[in-house]
Amino acid sequence: MIKNISNLGDAALYCDFGDEVNKDVNSNVIKYFKLIREKNIKGITNITPSYNKLIVSFDLNLTSFLELKEKIINIKLTNILDNKVKTIKIPVCCDDEFALDIERLTKKLNLSKKEILDKYFDKEYFCYMTGFIAGMPFMGDIDEKIQLNRLETPRLKVPKGSVGITEQFSNIYTFESPGGWNIIGNTPIKVFDKLNLEKPTLINPGDKVLFYEISKKEFLNLNNE
Amino acid sequence: MNSFFEVLRGGINSTFQDLGRRNYYHIGLPFSGAMDTRNFLISNALVGNDKEDACLEFAYQGPLLKVKNNSINIVITGDVNFTIKKSLSEKVEGQCYKTYLLDKNDELDLISTNNSVYGYLAVSGGFKLEKYLGSYSTTTRAGIGSNNGNKINPKEKLFLNKSNKKFLNKKISYINSKIEFIRIIKGTNYNYFSDSSKSDLLKKEFTVTKLTDRMGMRLEGPKLKNNYKSNIKSEGLIKGVIQVPTDGNPIIMLSDHGTIGGYPKIGVVISADYDKLVQLPPNSKIKFKLIELSEAEKIYKFYNLETENLLNQI
Repeated sequence: MIKNISNLGDAALYCDFGDEVNKDVNSNVIKYFKLIREKNIKGITNITPSYNKLIVSFDLNLTSFLELKEKIINIKLTNILDNKVKTIKIPVCCDDEFALDIERLTKKLNLSKKEILDKYFDKEYFCYMTGFIAGMPFMGDIDEKIQLNRLETPRLKVPKGSVGITEQFSNIYTFESPGGWNIIGNTPIKVFDKLNLEKPTLINPGDKVLFYEISKKEFLNLNNE
Repeated sequence: MNSFFEVLRGGINSTFQDLGRRNYYHIGLPFSGAMDTRNFLISNALVGNDKEDACLEFAYQGPLLKVKNNSINIVITGDVNFTIKKSLSEKVEGQCYKTYLLDKNDELDLISTNNSVYGYLAVSGGFKLEKYLGSYSTTTRAGIGSNNGNKINPKEKLFLNKSNKKFLNKKISYINSKIEFIRIIKGTNYNYFSDSSKSDLLKKEFTVTKLTDRMGMRLEGPKLKNNYKSNIKSEGLIKGVIQVPTDGNPIIMLSDHGTIGGYPKIGVVISADYDKLVQLPPNSKIKFKLIELSEAEKIYKFYNLETENLLNQI
């Protein structure tokens, strides 16, 4: 539930769902996100769900903080029948040329590469949010034994398709971008496809995701498709 | 064939922009759109366009364009130093906020913005572009929008819509005043910061650094110390948010910002001051002033009224 609504500047609402980050809290954030979107409320320009916050930005010409706050408070959280949730399968190649931080991980976690990957793969994850760069999904929760902080010095360029882990989360770099996540592999799948106007992002908040390992040969085959 | 400009020089960062792309923060696409909305709106109005039409925005050094095929009715807004070279005569010094009729083979040289950052070129009838997800705006970082998601480059052709409008000599007088204080509202993590840093934020001067673009404005000045925690769980951002990373140097999120971020938010620039903020070039000095939400809303209404009055003069 929304614990508090405050203003973020003069043209956005900051809906706070508390400090905890877990699937239940995030599911509520996503429910509100979907409900507010459906209502098509005048003046709203963007709704941004994250782990435990929801930011609603608006056009100050058309509405105001107090007016919108009132509308959001009065939204009743109904059970959304969402039978669209399917599991999205993502192939990942973890050859050394793609697993840029596997050495750091084996040292810091005191586990072999195989042990790390066994814990990571073939487990269903949940997409908490999508963003930062276009289409980048933030998924969790990964096994406690393979949780590690981000790099002390972020990379200036993380290759497109890189699959990274940090703390309890995993993500996919949809573009070459600066970044500090521990990179364990690379996916040949297009996670952001700008030509797909209906659904440019493959993984959206609330989706289920499963990663599976592929060989370099399979990677190259998929990449050519 | 429609008229077009041939790009002889692309300029530093020249992109097509409109009023921005709504409703895609949740998939990681920023709002984008013209950085300086007021100057954008004035440019469209002066050439008789709709406010939804796209303009060419340029930063610092703008493009050098050659007119091909037919005459083009243009206007430049902002504080821009530019010339028009007629094929058989001398160069003419251009004046901002005044319409010009360019003939075939004329060259429009957008030399530089004067002690400011962004300028706008609007053409009567608009550029011939297609909307992507509801907007003409280019977001180069995501490779989306007009011109296939890229800034404009030499040798490209910028096509115009066919326009039946007659050339109208239009002009307004407008001076882009410099802003002395950037007014802000407390951010959601304001209380994470030490008392001395909160006081520094409002009393000391900050400098705009060279690491400033359409995504963000990095400032240097007194380091802002965070007593609580330097990383928060990543959450949504909006333009104008002042984030403070671990190094204590504030970054103001601008129109192409990442849609989520994990640094504490010490403040948010009020909507009415955004157009003036983005026009501050590197090495400009900034001072912040803290105000309440209700005051910010009043100032915005006033700013909007001022813009409306300018548009009504046209």
